[in-house]
Amino acid sequence: MTARVITITSGKGGVGKTTTTANLSAALASLNKRVVTIDADIGLRNLDLVMGVESRIVFDLVDVVEKRCKLRQAMIKHKGYPELYLIPAAQTRDKTAVSPAQMVEIVRELRPDFDFILIDSPAGIERGFRNAVAGADEVLIVTNPEVSAVRDADRIIGLIEAGERKLPMRLIINRIKPDMVRRGEMLSIEDVVDILSIKPIGVVPDDEGVLIGSNRGELLNGRAGEAFRNIARRLNGEEVPFLNLDGSSGLFSRIARLFGGSAGG
Amino acid sequence: MTSLFDRILGRRNTPTSSAAKTAKERLQLVLVTDRSDLSPEKLQAMKDEIIAVISKYVTIAGDKVEINIEQRQRDNWLVADIPILKDREHPLSTGLEDA
Repeated sequence: MTARVITITSGKGGVGKTTTTANLSAALASLNKRVVTIDADIGLRNLDLVMGVESRIVFDLVDVVEKRCKLRQAMIKHKGYPELYLIPAAQTRDKTAVSPAQMVEIVRELRPDFDFILIDSPAGIERGFRNAVAGADEVLIVTNPEVSAVRDADRIIGLIEAGERKLPMRLIINRIKPDMVRRGEMLSIEDVVDILSIKPIGVVPDDEGVLIGSNRGELLNGRAGEAFRNIARRLNGEEVPFLNLDGSSGLFSRIARLFGGSAGG
Repeated sequence: MTSLFDRILGRRNTPTSSAAKTAKERLQLVLVTDRSDLSPEKLQAMKDEIIAVISKYVTIAGDKVEINIEQRQRDNWLVADIPILKDREHPLSTGLEDA
């Protein structure tokens, strides 16, 4: 058994990387997968807070790298799932505290014991991003249907394409507002996919429940939660129909085709 | 022109429907520059040089020349339509001048 290493990145900050990482890891864990998430956002630690484990941190990623603890000691077990762990970022250091080679080494050590390793990338295109993708097998690009988020996603996709390892990439379009799309006021799923030309793995509707969830350190229910659970199942190789965000069967089948599936399938 | 997608959504080309369309068009334009690392000024300079080089060999219809960067999936293509004019006087006269 060897884990798949999936990095969640976006270029732009604030598009929902951490929420996505937290919810995908929980959803994979609830499918009885062994999951470890790594917060690679050193200096701006947040995944612990969103996952609700912030009060139990003893050691962090930098402690592991600088050999103050064993890898196992920095892994915080989530109480809600049998096999879900978090390796938190250090809060008082910066991105240079870890190197891409050290990330590769940590991932190598974790691989035999897990099904999935999810890495939450910091925003930006510098060292923190390079650390986050160094050990990855595949990348999920999170974007919002908004011009600056799409432009930054394009930049990140270009950088990954230009890399030595041709990492497979898939797109998550987060915070879509079907009403605004219907009125022609927001870029549609089709627009974003058309511009970025990478295959989508999921679309997450804008949902007030996301804020409520992160306030409580709880993982999501509701529409957004369902969308993340569907993405987790797709990551796990299942064919899952796309959420009908619109109530229109025409749109649904159109989106299904974009994702390479059949309508309603 | 209303696309199939617009029609499925029951969209029309009303003034409010243009925000998404404007966003898409602006993104597509800016990504040409982002992806190719060519500023609009550099692109224009390159076009002028290409036209100058070709004009050394053949006469071209300057007003019909189109040189643009097109996006095909995630690749940039430099696409040129350069009509060559049939009649050019000096190929016949070259030899005579030397004589």
